[in-house]
Amino acid sequence: MEVFIEVKGLTYVYGKGTAGERQALSGIDLSVSRGEFLAVIGPNGSGKSTLARLINALLLPDEGNVLVNGLNTLREECRWEIRRQVGMVFQNPDNQIVSALVEEDVAFGPENLGLPPDEVRERVDEALSLAGLAEHRRRPPHLLSGGLKIRLAVAGVLAMRPSCILLDEPTSMLDPRGRRSLMKTLARLNREEGITVLLVTHFMEEAAQAGRVLVLDRGRIALCGSPREVFFREDEVLRLGLDLPAAASLARRLKRRGLPVPDGILTVTDMVNFLCR
Amino acid sequence: MPVITGRQGGRSDGPAVKVENLTYIYSPGTPFEFAALEEISLEIMAGELYAVAGATGSGKSTLVQHFNGLLKPSAGRVSVLGLDTADRRVRSSLWREVGLVFQQPEQQVFAETIFDEVAFGPKNMGLSAQEVEERVCESLTRSGLNPAEVRDISPFALSGGQRRRVAIAGVLAMRPQVLVMDEPTAGLDPSGRRAVFDIIEGLRRERGVTVILVTHDMEEVARVATRMAVLCRGRLLKEGEPREVFTCLSEIREAGLDLPAAAAMMRALSEAGKPVRTDILTLDEAVEEIAGMIRK
Amino acid sequence: MLSSIVFGQFIPGESLLHRLDPRTKIGIVLAGSWIALAAVNWQGFSLTFACVAAGILGSGFKSAIFYRVLKPFWLILALTFLLQVFLTPGNPLFFLAGLRITAEGLAAGGQIFFRLVTLIIVAALLTLTTPPIKLTAGLEAIFAPLRKLGLPAHEIAMMMSIALRFVPTLFIEAQLLVKAQRSRGAGMAGGFLARAGYLLPLLVPLFAKVIRRAEELGEAMEARCYRPDANRSRLFSLVFGRADYITLGVSAVSLLAALFFRS
Repeated sequence: MEVFIEVKGLTYVYGKGTAGERQALSGIDLSVSRGEFLAVIGPNGSGKSTLARLINALLLPDEGNVLVNGLNTLREECRWEIRRQVGMVFQNPDNQIVSALVEEDVAFGPENLGLPPDEVRERVDEALSLAGLAEHRRRPPHLLSGGLKIRLAVAGVLAMRPSCILLDEPTSMLDPRGRRSLMKTLARLNREEGITVLLVTHFMEEAAQAGRVLVLDRGRIALCGSPREVFFREDEVLRLGLDLPAAASLARRLKRRGLPVPDGILTVTDMVNFLCR
Repeated sequence: MPVITGRQGGRSDGPAVKVENLTYIYSPGTPFEFAALEEISLEIMAGELYAVAGATGSGKSTLVQHFNGLLKPSAGRVSVLGLDTADRRVRSSLWREVGLVFQQPEQQVFAETIFDEVAFGPKNMGLSAQEVEERVCESLTRSGLNPAEVRDISPFALSGGQRRRVAIAGVLAMRPQVLVMDEPTAGLDPSGRRAVFDIIEGLRRERGVTVILVTHDMEEVARVATRMAVLCRGRLLKEGEPREVFTCLSEIREAGLDLPAAAAMMRALSEAGKPVRTDILTLDEAVEEIAGMIRK
Repeated sequence: MLSSIVFGQFIPGESLLHRLDPRTKIGIVLAGSWIALAAVNWQGFSLTFACVAAGILGSGFKSAIFYRVLKPFWLILALTFLLQVFLTPGNPLFFLAGLRITAEGLAAGGQIFFRLVTLIIVAALLTLTTPPIKLTAGLEAIFAPLRKLGLPAHEIAMMMSIALRFVPTLFIEAQLLVKAQRSRGAGMAGGFLARAGYLLPLLVPLFAKVIRRAEELGEAMEARCYRPDANRSRLFSLVFGRADYITLGVSAVSLLAALFFRS
């Protein structure tokens, strides 16, 4: 598979040269293939958000390199192209909505690229329908629910036709319905549009839906692999202050009771399939 | 000012909060007018851990803001600790008895030192310096912070999760009989969430505080709540013990919520034809039930 | 509280005014204001009235909206009217509570009242039918020639549109902060001094939020490839249509008529 994001020996220090100097990431090596769905989890302060910002060239490495589609974030002339190819959705949707009208907000990215109005219009329409927001195009964003707001942020990024979307804890403020709808949208974009998704999250159930899970701990990679591989290392996951997805947690308890539960149960469906086989 | 009695600190028998036919209308008489709450009736007993569940915009925050006197019913009645909040004097002194921790309270912090931040409520209550000191230390300890270490540092020097503890301590320092927490765990990682529940458990065990938890996380509700209300677009959809409420899948779905994982699991098994109970709340109960099923 | 921001708030629609180019609308606001201020006789006032009526019809709004727009101004309007009535010398018509009411006074009060109402409605017609971004785009286009003189037209326009976007959000946040601090007894007890001390718990977190918001917004704008120096395009490129030329033509004729009536 074609490598899309390549992170080599990446180290990043916050507040360099000040009393509050803190190493946020140390020696990270990671490569993400085109079309992957990668979840990044880890306790607060483990460096998840920092990693996302380094990939989007909002932060620059202190050591090592970040390459996006072969473009190095350290090279200034590459940054705008990197940001176009890798869209970023932040945690608080209110702080990334620029405009007082939904469709104008979606247009902000393409406008920044200097595209002709016809093309801007085409991309806005496309992005709104991909994010399931077409019916809300004429509404002011501050009247949207949290779930719709975050999808608006996704649409704003999609309008730049990126190859990859980075999302920094987008679901942490959402109710279950908003969370479900965002996860569905992301899965569809990943599957049908071939967009690479990199999702930073607190929710293990969401990580379990990804193709691959990266676990960070104090700026280092603690675990990395398929959700099955990662959540199979139960003790390590729990030691890091994280949880297991509920079905995995149930499987673990059943095993402790001496029941012959197979490894690799992650979802309710897995569990039901096992028990009903 | 009326004297609020019944501050024995332990469990008492009467309702701590009684809501009768409460309706609340935002911006009445303007084009923005809308009914945030319609005809809500419920009772919360002293010493309970009562969950108010609902999606964003369901009216749950509006409901609990009636409990500490911030809002006045448009229609209906709210009485707290036996006092009718329609009485202006009651409403304006309720903050002393009912602590309200807002969403993302770490963003409401303002003082230069953690001591001043936590002391703000007790000082407004007009307590003596010694009493304020005592309460600040106690509530910081309760929130898992070491008063001696943190009292003189700035709350802004802490991480978001730590600052949230300071904000919670600021409300606890008023020693409320009723504590309302609006989505206290939103945005925290699993260990941060556990820390918040440790605080709640300690308060209930040692001081018999009535806790009202506003949340859309049904795992939390299933794990800790004695009873719960499900709100949807300003209406009370369902009320009762979680075990009973979570058997009503259609209402839970209508409210935009989820079943707790254990309940969802048992429901899926039951739908697949397995003879299991569906009124299961926690994973431990689910383990028992499944183990029983396999043994059969 | 929310109702008071109706003035200046954009209300979506598909009317003629909604579809006009913002530059045209800025033009007719200027023309309309001038016509109202220039009116001195019944012809002039009739023309002003016809222009306002045409504007209201062209906006497609019910007249109730304009009552809302005028509501915050009633006190000022009434005061100006009364001052004119009482302070204008002339032939006394009758006496009211010992004050002499003159025909000239009534006429002057009526005129100033009419002009002020017209100005408010005309300005509201612009903001009610123009989304903030189009409004700022229009202003930017009009001020663009001043760029050569070193006026940062684009930056000012962007600042204005972001400010407009964040007014409702900050308003909601400030309300929440008031509630949060009141729940801890702020401003509840004590006299004036205690209440003054209540500002700090409000302003510190509000400023902290504004600063964090600005930082995050800046980051988000950068992530979406915003560069103030680069050539940006617009979803709604400002194009003059036939309706714009006709409207401007009508405005010009009305202006000339107003001049003619005055002379």
